Amino acid sequence: MGEADVPDAASADGARGRTIRAGIAVGLATGAYGISFGALSVAAGLDIWQTAVLSAVMFTGGSQFALIGVLASGGLAAGPAAIGSAVLLGSRNALYSVRMSPVIGSGWLRRLAAGWLTIDESTAVATAQSTPPLQRVGFWVTGISVFVAWNAMTLVGAFLGNALGDVRQYGLDAAAAAAFLGLLWPRLRALQPVAVAVGAAVVAVVLTPVVPPGIPVLAAALVAVVVGIANWWPQAPEQLPVNSTGAA
Amino acid sequence: MTAWHVVLIASIACVALKLVGYGVPATVLERPTPARVANLLTVALLSALIAVQTLARGTAIELDARIPALLVAAVLYAVRVPFVVVVLAAAAVAAAVRAVT
Repeated sequence: MGEADVPDAASADGARGRTIRAGIAVGLATGAYGISFGALSVAAGLDIWQTAVLSAVMFTGGSQFALIGVLASGGLAAGPAAIGSAVLLGSRNALYSVRMSPVIGSGWLRRLAAGWLTIDESTAVATAQSTPPLQRVGFWVTGISVFVAWNAMTLVGAFLGNALGDVRQYGLDAAAAAAFLGLLWPRLRALQPVAVAVGAAVVAVVLTPVVPPGIPVLAAALVAVVVGIANWWPQAPEQLPVNSTGAA
Repeated sequence: MTAWHVVLIASIACVALKLVGYGVPATVLERPTPARVANLLTVALLSALIAVQTLARGTAIELDARIPALLVAAVLYAVRVPFVVVVLAAAAVAAAVRAVT
């Protein structure tokens, strides 16, 4: 993007540009598993409109995948369980919104829009930025680009659903995990988050065969609560303030 | 309960959860412990989602092409390959492994 020509005085613009490009890149990558969601949702028995409403209104991939996953195995009889697992997985967004609230600032309309766009991706890109203005830019650019890509590709996936057949054949399920890894990666630069990441993964995997879908991920959140309150493997004090992830 | 009931109830509940945090006073997060817990929660949930999406199939643990795909993704992130390229590479690895097995 010709950044080599930009003088040092414009380095703030450079940082802003990098944040914007990071947000758009996350949006584009999210589209890849938006196709996966659309196709899987139709395969699970929802129609194209129901699939589109999930992506537009619910707009939180983990919950959407949980919902159609339960419907796929249990049908409409499993409706309450499907709602339950979607809500339980979506409860992490409440924690993200607590985290994002001071970054977003005031104004009820802005906070309502921010609430809708508060997801793993927008929160992750925002909290990886070094200053509050960059965090704000990261949040909105990521939230809007993911919203556009996710909804567009959901529709594409829903229409292609029958033609695609098994989306696993195209590795789209693995794309979802790789995308989440990309969001986690910049946070793993200190011992404490690495320990929490490993502990959470172990808890989620161990619980998977013994509790309903959705619960393992929530139970894994307890690892963060315990380590955070006890402050095991503490980080350097300058990494603790609210505007730092302690990672980037 | 129709499919529309399931879709709409779950969607509205999830939006409501997203809005909850914007009603909590910002001062709550200015203390070190809540801030630390909030940051670590993101790490824990992302890590658990990765583990479940890589290893789980419903309530069963299933070791398949998703594992080499995720390992390739980790290596590519480690050498600073861009996000979009890594995600596409992971899908390609999983698809290739499934094609030959």
